[in-house]
Amino acid sequence: MEYFLQQLINGIALGSIYGLIAIGYTLVYGIIGMINFAHGDVFMVGSFIALIAFIGLLSIGITFIPLALILVLLVAMLLTAVWGWTIERVAYRPLRASFRLAPLITAIGMSIVLQNFVQVSQGARVKTLQPVITGGYELMHAENFAVSLSNIQILIVVTTIALMTAFWLLIDRTPLGRSLRACEQDRMMAALCGVNVDRTISLTFVMGAALAAVAGLLYLLYYGVIDFFIGFIAGIKAFTAAVLGGIGSLPGAMLGGMIIGLIETFWSAYFTIEYKDVAAFSMLALVLIFFPSGLLGRPEVEKV
Amino acid sequence: MRRLTWIIATLAALAGLTALTGCGDGSDDNTIPVATVGPLTGQYASNGQQMKQGATLVVEDLNAAGGVLGKQLKLEIGDDACDPKQAVAVAGQMVGEGVPLVAGHFCSGSSIPASQIYGDADTVMISPASTNPALTDDRAGPNIYRVCGRDDQQGKVAGEYIAKHFAGKNIAFVHDKTAYGKGLADETKKAMNAAGLQEKLYEAISAGEKDYSALVSKLKRNDIDLIFLGGYHTEAGLIARQMRGQGMDTVLMGGDALVNQEYWSITGKAGEGTLMTFSPDPRKNPAAKDVVARFEAKGIEPEGYVLYTYAAMQAWAQAAEKAGSTASSDVIKALNDTEFDTVIGKFRFNEKGDPSLPPYAVYRWHDGDYAEIEK
Repeated sequence: MEYFLQQLINGIALGSIYGLIAIGYTLVYGIIGMINFAHGDVFMVGSFIALIAFIGLLSIGITFIPLALILVLLVAMLLTAVWGWTIERVAYRPLRASFRLAPLITAIGMSIVLQNFVQVSQGARVKTLQPVITGGYELMHAENFAVSLSNIQILIVVTTIALMTAFWLLIDRTPLGRSLRACEQDRMMAALCGVNVDRTISLTFVMGAALAAVAGLLYLLYYGVIDFFIGFIAGIKAFTAAVLGGIGSLPGAMLGGMIIGLIETFWSAYFTIEYKDVAAFSMLALVLIFFPSGLLGRPEVEKV
Repeated sequence: MRRLTWIIATLAALAGLTALTGCGDGSDDNTIPVATVGPLTGQYASNGQQMKQGATLVVEDLNAAGGVLGKQLKLEIGDDACDPKQAVAVAGQMVGEGVPLVAGHFCSGSSIPASQIYGDADTVMISPASTNPALTDDRAGPNIYRVCGRDDQQGKVAGEYIAKHFAGKNIAFVHDKTAYGKGLADETKKAMNAAGLQEKLYEAISAGEKDYSALVSKLKRNDIDLIFLGGYHTEAGLIARQMRGQGMDTVLMGGDALVNQEYWSITGKAGEGTLMTFSPDPRKNPAAKDVVARFEAKGIEPEGYVLYTYAAMQAWAQAAEKAGSTASSDVIKALNDTEFDTVIGKFRFNEKGDPSLPPYAVYRWHDGDYAEIEK
């Protein structure tokens, strides 16, 4: 029981990070129907910006950790959002009217560009950050097994829940959310009704990138080791999560992230760790057989 | 400060690139191109950096002393990123350029496939760091050598150390599925079992991931006292960190791949007490004193495989001088029957191409540094 609880905590923390990245995939797919393969690398850029900002703040004497973290969060979200906006403007918008595969190819290109840019500008070696948020709680004691919940895990889950709620409100209750949903349903009709489609799409990328930056910061704080390649593995997992949950669906992305995180963790916990990725991807295959559009995705209705 | 080091690292990486692009013009008659190949990018880049630093200085030193056969050496640096496919491609490139010596590669997983390319060609390969026995047991050709120990020797020392000092404790073996990691973990397990201690857990992880919390909780539940990791320093560092994060005091033990200051920069205090096996520290070798001082004057700590790369090129240079030629058939003859006097000590190659070096020792990390401990 204690062991189960410990692994549940591990899985939820991992799943939250996957979920935050997965939202970026799902938002973009929902609105323009393309897979933004560069999103994992935007996440990676976000974590680098966070690290640089953090070291910068420490070097100018801001050592009060909560203040430093909030500033780092703002800087990382802002700068990564600018990256997101630029990528859309440079690589995707010119091709929006082109055939469907074109933006997919530029997305892969963009992913390579970002990876190589960071590799050259920041070096290929891993970058490390010593634990900033330390401490935690011991929840339960068995004979020789104490369930530990660290403060950073609490921060990850709380941040994720807060962001999800804020996002859900944004999409459900605000004018911006209304135009987002309108564009998702029918871009042409939305434009005819006076929605600025270009601006809405740009904002989608900005929001996705800002969320990726949050995930990047949490990742940096949780694991403390980043390199230019982290976007690839995290991106693949998060993309899988988005598809599993139903690509295009916001709660689906979060649910998918959680499921992937939990399957990986519990498979590792009770079976051999070697096959955890096989387990996660088998689950994806199974789900897609029974729910072709993902767990919470809406089936694509052929417009006649 | 850290940003500054990044900038320097970037410049170094760029310098590496230019060194590679400068390959084509090495064909004039007054220079001999020699190469080192290791992971200059990717998560093991700091290991490749050690090789590059060693190779750069040895070429400088050999040239200052008049070069080899009266010709100046010209260093070429290849990057295999510890990726077997890239290693084969780089090996092909080096062979194509007619480089007579490759002091490489680092990871056993890339050295073994690359040795197949060198084995069929006129290029002598001397690996400073690949410890998997298969490299010389299934030797791809008579021109494949190494100047480091072997994992069966290393595993024996590690396994016997565990059996002696952790008798009756719970031991876990974890490897990263690479040729080096799995090979070392299995050799260590074999030696430990032979000494009468059975492991409680045997697992494999994927290199390159960052989340090992599930593994760590599993270790905690099995009440593991010592985890032996067959793998590289980045994974070891993350596991050490995550074990302390879950409030465990399990000891981590690894192999020669942990002999790298970057390990401590990942773990910080969590690395305290980590054990590892490595050859007796070559820096303490009297023959290496001058070279070590020269490295330190340049701000380089000649740890890990820096001096081994230096020694690999030294051995080749001595063999080439003796043979009076750089053609591999002549150099091989000289390599096989010469005693070499290098910064890592005096040694000969045996019939497999392995060096006669002193046996492995056990080290412990303490406060950002490591030192040999009593067996």
